Amino acid sequence: MGKQLLLENINVEGIRTLEVYRKMGGYASVEKAIKTMSPDAVTEEVKKSGLRGRGGAGFPTGMKWSFLAKPAGVPRYLVCNADESEPGTFKDRYLMEYIPHALIEGMITASFALGANKSFIYIRGEYFYISRILEHAIGEAYAAGWLGKNILGSGFDLDLTVQVGAGAYICGEETALLESLEGKRGNPRIKPPFPAVKGLYGCPTVVNNVETIAAVVPIVNHGGDEYAKIGLGKSTGTKLISASGNINKPGVYEIELGVPVEEFIFSDEYCGGIANGRKFKACVPGGSSVPILPADLMLKTSSGENRLMTYESLSEGGFATGSMLGSGGFIVYDDRACIVRSTYNFSHFYRHESCGQCSPCREGTAWMEKILHRLENGLGRIEDIDLLWDVQGKIEGRTICPLGDAAAWPVAAAIRHFRHEFEYHAKYPEKVKDPKHTPPPMPSLATVG
Amino acid sequence: MSTQQVKFSDEALLECQKIIKRYPEGKQKSALIPILHIAQAENDGWLSSATMDKVADLLQLNPIEVYEVATFYSMYNLKPVGKCILEVCKTVPCWLNGAEDLVAYLEKKLKIKVGETTPDGMFTIKTVECLGSCGTAPMLQCGANYHENLTESKADALIEKLRTENTRKNYTDII
Repeated sequence: MGKQLLLENINVEGIRTLEVYRKMGGYASVEKAIKTMSPDAVTEEVKKSGLRGRGGAGFPTGMKWSFLAKPAGVPRYLVCNADESEPGTFKDRYLMEYIPHALIEGMITASFALGANKSFIYIRGEYFYISRILEHAIGEAYAAGWLGKNILGSGFDLDLTVQVGAGAYICGEETALLESLEGKRGNPRIKPPFPAVKGLYGCPTVVNNVETIAAVVPIVNHGGDEYAKIGLGKSTGTKLISASGNINKPGVYEIELGVPVEEFIFSDEYCGGIANGRKFKACVPGGSSVPILPADLMLKTSSGENRLMTYESLSEGGFATGSMLGSGGFIVYDDRACIVRSTYNFSHFYRHESCGQCSPCREGTAWMEKILHRLENGLGRIEDIDLLWDVQGKIEGRTICPLGDAAAWPVAAAIRHFRHEFEYHAKYPEKVKDPKHTPPPMPSLATVG
Repeated sequence: MSTQQVKFSDEALLECQKIIKRYPEGKQKSALIPILHIAQAENDGWLSSATMDKVADLLQLNPIEVYEVATFYSMYNLKPVGKCILEVCKTVPCWLNGAEDLVAYLEKKLKIKVGETTPDGMFTIKTVECLGSCGTAPMLQCGANYHENLTESKADALIEKLRTENTRKNYTDII
């Protein structure tokens, strides 16, 4: 196992309590930041660390923080995005459920850096029981003086509130999240203005993912330069990967960025190989929105290099032959999985979750689901494949928020790499009527890419 | 039904007042989503228009502001439901691990289809989108609880347990 920065103490008995968390060195980053650093110096360390947003977009966190407007007399907010709902992603749940204080510590240190005196953790409604765990931990932190007025005698005040959502994938998009936090429908806002200028209640706001905020703790403790030494190139630090699908050891793994994909899937340290002795067929490496890749392209780039678990290597080759690290929702398919059924499943998800504001997404996701439904059920025509390709292309880039792209990309990638399966569905309707039919074999590798 | 018939225990009202105070002055609308959760739990697991009107009163909002939110989010039920809603995740990682078989099994066992409620009002089966339990698939949520790594025998045991307990399961339950 490589370097552990976030989950190092996850198996320590009682780590969920403030007492044990503190005994293991917890809250040191708050002490260090508040007593020895200026807010800007904390931001500077985050910039030096090279930390990139762990929710999926991978935007440099320090840069996001430096965009925050600071007009005098106007409150600023830090909002933690704990809406985790990208299919295949369950790392934030794991972190919050088992080490709630890691997030709370990060929230305090980050709020200090940003000059926020009121911060929120917006958590998806389905994780209601985790909101209770967080609230309990926040209560402990207030009682011990880590939250509230005049923290550590510094004059810095911070209130921290957990807000539950009520079931809407779109609220993971930061402006939809802010709308929801204001008590409204989760309709994404038109940008600009960006939240850094006009966010929660019209005030400057930073929205960061749970894992991003938790990573601020080791960055402040060890310094941004030390953090940047971990990982590979521009993919610095560690990343929580949620591994699921047809593997022997599903779960959350903290990896040092740079681990080869092959090692991640097959070594016993991580996924432990494909379950039930089946063959590795395909993988969605970064949550449902990123392109699916067939096994050979997942393990090696089109130029024949080993594919690595980094932002750069996973996207090597662009969408023609690459994918994305995304949220780290790593879904592995064995050779029994029908890619048409999988794509239909995802398209149902996006149709259900489209907020309905933008026509290309609202109408396009419904059409994609409809076409995939008939292909999947043996009622499709060969022309449907081109029609589907056409529809997805008309959604991408034409919507207020990235949900449209997220709905289009999985469909495009499935057709790009598994067109033969779609053709099989159109040509052999009788065979595909059984949802558990054996998918046709991959054509020779030479045709891929 | 009038708003007078809407149930809000003293304890629930106290909880609502606490929530309302969490936000900056003038931003009390932020309390809407958490309070709708409480209102649903207090009123047989669903939001009637009377319940929504009551919440509007409580937060001094126009009723439409409550309706538009209640109809947007999937965790609010706008029709009566069973005491225990079995929300089976069917998104890809669960599908790869047998979610479709689990749904079929529950339908057969409870003799209802997805979206239906058993005649005794005990169970409703729903299929839902990814619940962040992909590493412990297949799974279902019932109230605040996640039931994971399900097999047919585990599902049997769960249904038996829920029948014996015979209580409504809410997201807001403390577990």
